[in-house]
Amino acid sequence: MNQEIFNSLRVDDRLPHILCPGCGIGSAMNAMVRAISESGLEKDEICVVSGIGCSSRVPGYVDCDTFHTLHGRAIPSATGVKLAHPNMECIVIAGDGDLLAIGGNHFIHAARRNLDMTVILINNFNYGMTGGQYSPTTPQGKRAKTAPYGCVERDFDACKMAEAAGAVFVARSTTYHTPHLKGLIKQAIKKNGFALVEVISQCPTLYGRLNRMGDAVKMLEYFRDNSITVSQVKEPKDAEGKIVIGVLHDSEAQEYYDVYKKVMELAQKVNK
Amino acid sequence: MQLLSGNEACALGAIRAGVRFFAGYPITPSTEIAEMMSEELPKLGGIFIQMEDEIASICAMVGASAAGMKAMTATSGPGFSLMQEGIGYAVMTEVPCVIVNVQRGGPATGLPTKVAQADVMAARWGTHGDHPAVALTPWNVMESFLLTVKAIEVSERLRLPVILLSDEIVGHMREVVSIPESVPIYERKKPLKSADEYLHYGDDTNFDAPVAHFGDGYRIHISGLTHRKDGFPTNDPKTIAWKMDRLRDKIDLNRDWLHIEEHFDLDAETVIVSYGSSARTALEAKYEFERKSGKKIGFLRLVTLWPFHYKKVADLLQNAKRVLVVEMNQGQMIREISRVVHRGIDVVGVNRYDGELITPEEVLTKL
Repeated sequence: MNQEIFNSLRVDDRLPHILCPGCGIGSAMNAMVRAISESGLEKDEICVVSGIGCSSRVPGYVDCDTFHTLHGRAIPSATGVKLAHPNMECIVIAGDGDLLAIGGNHFIHAARRNLDMTVILINNFNYGMTGGQYSPTTPQGKRAKTAPYGCVERDFDACKMAEAAGAVFVARSTTYHTPHLKGLIKQAIKKNGFALVEVISQCPTLYGRLNRMGDAVKMLEYFRDNSITVSQVKEPKDAEGKIVIGVLHDSEAQEYYDVYKKVMELAQKVNK
Repeated sequence: MQLLSGNEACALGAIRAGVRFFAGYPITPSTEIAEMMSEELPKLGGIFIQMEDEIASICAMVGASAAGMKAMTATSGPGFSLMQEGIGYAVMTEVPCVIVNVQRGGPATGLPTKVAQADVMAARWGTHGDHPAVALTPWNVMESFLLTVKAIEVSERLRLPVILLSDEIVGHMREVVSIPESVPIYERKKPLKSADEYLHYGDDTNFDAPVAHFGDGYRIHISGLTHRKDGFPTNDPKTIAWKMDRLRDKIDLNRDWLHIEEHFDLDAETVIVSYGSSARTALEAKYEFERKSGKKIGFLRLVTLWPFHYKKVADLLQNAKRVLVVEMNQGQMIREISRVVHRGIDVVGVNRYDGELITPEEVLTKL
């Protein structure tokens, strides 16, 4: 194991992890840990926060302050930690069901509020921990344990929603493109404000099997063959049926705590 | 001397006791607490944030407390229902915090502007799973201040969420009070052990335990999964039982310390038991009856509703031949009272749940 990875994980008794063979979450965790390390952050300056689900088990393996909260509640919990310790780097790691269904409202309002945090969304198109039920990102027609005849609902695009809600940095990659993913997470960490990195990931045990997508390698090959970078998209139809990867949105807006500091100064001036 | 409402006194109590983080969501009749916090906390370098709902509010509060700040939120019935999952999380993870519930009529949206005391059992059993619960209930403005201070103390020392069960009458009425400039502030003890030796749930006395926070360099893991002493999840039956007993013992070992009540004339044959704003009516009825009949009436006002001190209340009511329980609900504390009196003793409820205060006359007709 690479030394920087080794140093960043709770290797003594937390590993091996609980993830299935071929799961993409390990690749995403690997990219996150390398991104943290390359960002020059000390382990004691980081709090990794999660909700409930497969992706949310990641904090248990990472050697820094870690906060495994309630289902869907990683973002509001991280909000409390960040406001109590504005100098800490809060990284939320969440699955598609956790972040977008039960935690959807928190996600929207955190993007709007623009408190500095990095959200890593591991999107594997289903609820893995409970056995493969359909999630807000399961494409219409695809199978899941609660959609045995194909999913009735339409899926939605978390990146578009984050941008619309006010996120200042939005990016996407896949578990096939891990060095690329690591770079995006580094950019997200550096950004002062609400940053989202979506990771398209494979769940070969459930979603992949139910939809006859082959094993983990086949699914990764699918990501390789069907991804297109932002710069390759010349017109909207280029992106049809493709996974668009890269920085999708990067803008500037005042960060929440920076504004709150001004409020404190004002209140203290009035008080004198 | 100041003219304050119960809600304002509550907010002041929190600030004096060292609360520097408040996350909340507007809801009648508790909103004045959030309004006052939004004005006062920035002056003190504290954090006020209005979240998108009550679930987010309690989670943000727990996050801030786990990062070392004294934290509070305030709500009413519907918001209290939403906060239940967060209360359970704070219990399991042993994160101190105070939840003020200024009670209104329910269920559902119920009576936003009218009084009730119908969240007594929700305060005890609202969140799922076996769990300890502490709920204190004030009956006037001064006590709203004092019990907020007390709730914070209990919460900090036992690493437990504590519920202040106020109500619309107590929250909105104004009284002239003399608020102390300072109150004792309980600072959490820092761990003496190094990060390698420290166990987040390793203190067996579980009272004033040294505790590490996010950002302290201890790299702690906090999880709502049932966990070991180091905070990591477990499925080991012995460890699970240890954790559950540990939570239960917070109450069992501190029942005497947690119990607060007030009583007079308990040698009388008839005793009125009440709490919160109903106790104001009950006391008035006692005096009225005594003036008219010349006979004494006993009076017991519960301040700590949870944990209910079965032995102490049984002792206090041992001479009673008849007990009246005055409360603004369909009969919640009466269940606990009925369990502790001698067999055959008449326990009668005086209840109102139409959004109006019980009048002294209504109590008198039952005396």
